[in-house]
Amino acid sequence: MPATHKAIHCASRSTRAMIAFLAAFVCHASARADAPLNYFLHADGPAATPTMRLGWALAALAVAVALIVSVLLVGAIIRKRPPPTKRDASHVQGEGGGMRWVWIGTGISSVALFVALAYVLVTLESVASPRKEPALTIAVTAYDWWWKIDYAGVTTANEIHIPVGEPVKIELRSADVIHAFWVPRLAGKTQTIPGVVNEQWIQADRAGVYRGQCSQFCGAQHAHMAFEVIAEPRAQFDAWYAAQARPHAADATASAGQRLFLDRCAGCHAVRGSDANGTQAPDLTHLNSRRLIAAGTLPNTESNQLDWIRHAQRIKPDSLMPSIALTAAEAAALSAYLRTLQ
Amino acid sequence: MTEHATSPPPLQRTLAIGRIEPGSAEERKLRETWETPPGWRGWLSTVDHKSIGLRYLLTAFAFLIAGGIEALIMRVQLARPDSTLLTPEQYNQLFTMHGVTMIFLYALPVLSGFSNYLWPLILGARDMAFPRLNALSYWIFLFAGLFLYASFPFGEAPNAGWFNYAPLAGLTYNTGPNIDVYALGMVLLGISTTVGSMNFVVTFLRMRAPGMSLDRVPVLVWGTLTASGGNLLAVPSVSLAFFLLWLDRRIGTHFFDVVNGGRALLWQHLFWIFAHPWVYAVVLPAMGIVSDALPVFCRRPLVGYLPVALSTVATMVIGFVVWIHHMFATGIPALALSFFGAASMVIAIPSAVATFAWIATIWTGRPVFRVPFLYFAGFVFLFVIGGLSGVLTAAVPFDWQLTDTYFVVAHLHYVLLGINVFPVIGGIYFWFPKFTGRMMSERIGRIGFWILFTGFNIAFFPMHIAGLLGMPRRIYTYAPDMGWNTVNMITSIGAFLFAFGVLIFMWDFVYSLRRGPVAGDNPWDAPTLEWATSSPPPPYNFAIAPRIASRHPLWEERISGKMRSRLDEGYILDKGREALGTTALDGDPDVILKMPEDSYAPFWLGVASLVFFSGLALTAWWLAALGLIGCGAAIVVWLWPRRELGQRDDTPEPHETGATP
Repeated sequence: MPATHKAIHCASRSTRAMIAFLAAFVCHASARADAPLNYFLHADGPAATPTMRLGWALAALAVAVALIVSVLLVGAIIRKRPPPTKRDASHVQGEGGGMRWVWIGTGISSVALFVALAYVLVTLESVASPRKEPALTIAVTAYDWWWKIDYAGVTTANEIHIPVGEPVKIELRSADVIHAFWVPRLAGKTQTIPGVVNEQWIQADRAGVYRGQCSQFCGAQHAHMAFEVIAEPRAQFDAWYAAQARPHAADATASAGQRLFLDRCAGCHAVRGSDANGTQAPDLTHLNSRRLIAAGTLPNTESNQLDWIRHAQRIKPDSLMPSIALTAAEAAALSAYLRTLQ
Repeated sequence: MTEHATSPPPLQRTLAIGRIEPGSAEERKLRETWETPPGWRGWLSTVDHKSIGLRYLLTAFAFLIAGGIEALIMRVQLARPDSTLLTPEQYNQLFTMHGVTMIFLYALPVLSGFSNYLWPLILGARDMAFPRLNALSYWIFLFAGLFLYASFPFGEAPNAGWFNYAPLAGLTYNTGPNIDVYALGMVLLGISTTVGSMNFVVTFLRMRAPGMSLDRVPVLVWGTLTASGGNLLAVPSVSLAFFLLWLDRRIGTHFFDVVNGGRALLWQHLFWIFAHPWVYAVVLPAMGIVSDALPVFCRRPLVGYLPVALSTVATMVIGFVVWIHHMFATGIPALALSFFGAASMVIAIPSAVATFAWIATIWTGRPVFRVPFLYFAGFVFLFVIGGLSGVLTAAVPFDWQLTDTYFVVAHLHYVLLGINVFPVIGGIYFWFPKFTGRMMSERIGRIGFWILFTGFNIAFFPMHIAGLLGMPRRIYTYAPDMGWNTVNMITSIGAFLFAFGVLIFMWDFVYSLRRGPVAGDNPWDAPTLEWATSSPPPPYNFAIAPRIASRHPLWEERISGKMRSRLDEGYILDKGREALGTTALDGDPDVILKMPEDSYAPFWLGVASLVFFSGLALTAWWLAALGLIGCGAAIVVWLWPRRELGQRDDTPEPHETGATP
């Protein structure tokens, strides 16, 4: 008896420990509910919200089925059976019995599956295309390992601005390998495939910053190929657009920093309105209007900019941006020039 | 001529029915006929399915350990954010080799190991239909595995993921030998899979014991047969894809080269047309293991044999029309996606049939809680979770979120470890006594099971959450503010616990090889034919060809009250290496098959193939030519006509008298 008692005591203690652990974990997770790519608890537009609800329904169904089947399995294992008579130590049963389990279980499962399938198809219909034709089309081209963003007359990188409450068409291209465009809180993902123009649509119903990420493995720096979608009221969006459309105001005399930029950076980077017109790397005309640099890797501060220029290969090993050695004077000059890219 | 007329040729003689007692002169003669000589000569030349099966098992397990170590290194890297233990290139090679190893070098070969060892015993046969092809299949598997690992020590292992999407895998973005090794290794491995599958199909059609009609075949056989049929249709697609990729890279074609009019998406179609059926090929035989072995511990036959066997085949058939569910995010129109999404959900129905059949078997039976039972019951639980998360990924719009996140990683590990590794370890506990003549430890087995089961769920369940929190697959590190820190730490801890469980299992395995208690012929009191012969079985498997009258011959008397199968008295085949060929549907005796002796030809054909593929990989055409000549020579030796193998022999040997018309 004492042994049994102790076992029960132990079991309840370990159960308590388990519950405490789970509670701690859930609290921790909810404190982190701002996980920026979380699409299961947050959806902010008509291309994502029906999908999130579908996800909840399917997850609830899955949890329910898993619980029911587990209960049946455990019940089947531990249920009381009439004690065997002495003579049937080597007894085995015949083949009969049990078939009702198969028919009923499969029948109920099939009905549940077909109901789920109907809900899936309805959801697919509602998120596949927007209710009204998008007025704004943005061309996104994926590069190893950053995103080029083209509006009519505006080129930028890794930061997409959209007006709140309007469907926006995204045209997806790839400059090299297959990537995938994904802003979890606004829509599911679509691959960018070389030789193909894919399309998808997004719409944000709330102003805010939505993180996006390449989700298709694309080589060395797949991990650091993020971007942001910034949804803002129409007037603000128009102002942003107008500002971006302006070329860089060229100085009459090129500064030392600009000469350095033309010398070392302009082979890949462009600054509209200057002689820098490289196309293989982000357009830097309005560099300082962006929140992040290096495809969502670092906050866009002056010190991070310099850090990135000098140590790109440490921050994003094998990326196409080289680490550039600069003297202190060169760094100061380059920084001064970059500061003018507003 | 009169001699011919009076004594029919040996292949047409009427077989005597009788007994061969252990230790008798006839039994010794059989043993001499079928035994492989000891030493390295025998080791290289044997065609005994039991040796080949065990080799498959051990080799696959060695690859499992290699893949597991790769996984543990990755889990150290991912345990904390912004970790710099590995460079991105190292990480990419590790995750690619982990996938390649587990999926191609462990998951199917380990099941081929079980089936190679068990099929002839379960079917009451002397060997597989093509014993030398069987040896070839093993050698090429081994060499392809070594080939795929050849560039690993030089830091040039395949690095584009096991899907290996073009154009990332093309020459423009991947200039080293990494992808050439993967492409050619897969074509080589495809040869092994293909000949192995053909062997299973023909063995099924031709080698079943007399009386073993289609409805008396154990479910493991249905599982492996279905997988083999699937492989024969699916493997050509992937072999072609990898060959085209290699042509693009080294010969200058443009199949996947967009700049010159090729199509990048073509790769995905060719790859997944293969890879989805393959997923079923690596689980259906394992489900068969459970369907056959779980009932032994419930002391009753499986509930619903017919629906379970039919659903096995149905799964594979539907499995050929669901490949697009790996490509929902490629921009294919929604209407087309809805068909493939629907098919992917419907495929859950045959799985439901099997699940309820297993639960009903436990419910209506009297479970005996031995170690294999624990693994099989644990398997049912993991199978259900893996199946349900699969239904979520089949839902097209939700999959646009789930795909390429850790949710899919969680799903595929529940499926591949839950449905493959757990039945495999359970199966090893179950058949270990047959393999070795000894039992594994019950006590260590229980401890090992609970550590594996707990470690598995701690490692892989949180991956679902990581996926829902948006963590993409195949990232070598992540920033600390993404909300993924805790789940990754838990996963890493679970992974090491799981690895510890594997170590305990291995220790039990090694210890029991020498110290385990002696098992006897049928330690579990199981009903199928492999338990009717000694443990380990003699080289000839069964002294006489048993005659089968039910699905569970060793329980027949207890279930139906009378014994109609005859296990110790049957057709005597003792004129050299002979086996009985039976008809495809009813298993009626049909023909005497002349079986080949041990031969070096399969080994040398394997070596020559390896040389040929190495020549291609090194673009050393002279070496490739040498390999090709070697292949030709080995095939000539292999196929050299020999009278004793002639199936249409009209010149009987003079001493042949055996025969009553």
